[in-house]
Amino acid sequence: MNIYQITFWILSLFTLAFAIGVIMSRNPINSVLFLILTFFCISGHYVLMNAQFLAIVNIIVYAGAIMVLFLFVIMLMNLNSDTEPQKNFLVQFAGVVSGGALLLIMVAAIKSSLTGLEGKNIDLINSTDIGLIKNLGTVLFTTYVFPFEIASVLFLSAMVGAVVLGKKDSALKTAE
Amino acid sequence: MEPGLYHLLFISAALFFIGVYGFLTRRNLIAMLMSIELILNSVNLNFIAFNKYVWADKLDGLFFTIFVIAIAAAEAAVAIAIIINLTKNFQSIDVEETEEMKY
Repeated sequence: MNIYQITFWILSLFTLAFAIGVIMSRNPINSVLFLILTFFCISGHYVLMNAQFLAIVNIIVYAGAIMVLFLFVIMLMNLNSDTEPQKNFLVQFAGVVSGGALLLIMVAAIKSSLTGLEGKNIDLINSTDIGLIKNLGTVLFTTYVFPFEIASVLFLSAMVGAVVLGKKDSALKTAE
Repeated sequence: MEPGLYHLLFISAALFFIGVYGFLTRRNLIAMLMSIELILNSVNLNFIAFNKYVWADKLDGLFFTIFVIAIAAAEAAVAIAIIINLTKNFQSIDVEETEEMKY
């Protein structure tokens, strides 16, 4: 066991444990905090897979921006475990059955389909520069420049949509 | 045991179905949105794992992940605006309460 393997297994264990914490905790604030920890563990996995820039983007965008938005809304609406809706037993049972059955099928499919790829993971560990920002930026602004611009249009429309939805009441009053 | 593509695929499949289970069982709109974020992150993990272990000299998986993160940010903003509006109208974030369009 070298340091890479130990880090990998610890990160995997923590990722799954925190993800279970997200869906099991009654208090929505605890859910959000567990989700932030999950994102940090996933970022650790990205670093292990030579995607350093994406690890930082994941932390900044998810843990820094989206989760702060979630926390802000939860605190604005004053949610806690008392206001958490009661889940009914039948729904929970259906969730376990459908999720578990799909997971079993997925695991079986992965086990049976990837037979040719085991040998590919040894010689690539040293190619550490592929995820750095210089290579990513070069490709992003040449090959992927069209999806990049489409993403900017998507953000603009999402921003306008969020603002319109957020102030619907006052807009309706002035229209009447 | 040397960790490789297999183990990452198992981890991301487990994350995906933890997200599916949360989406099906939680009745709280914000918790359902958080489950969707878990699902998106498992997909990101898959993309980066395949990018590293199968096509390590290309960057397509990384760019898919960047665009998934961008779309997740836009989706979260719009969904939270909708949730705030729903709580204004129904005084609850239980999905069972917001049934005006159901019948």
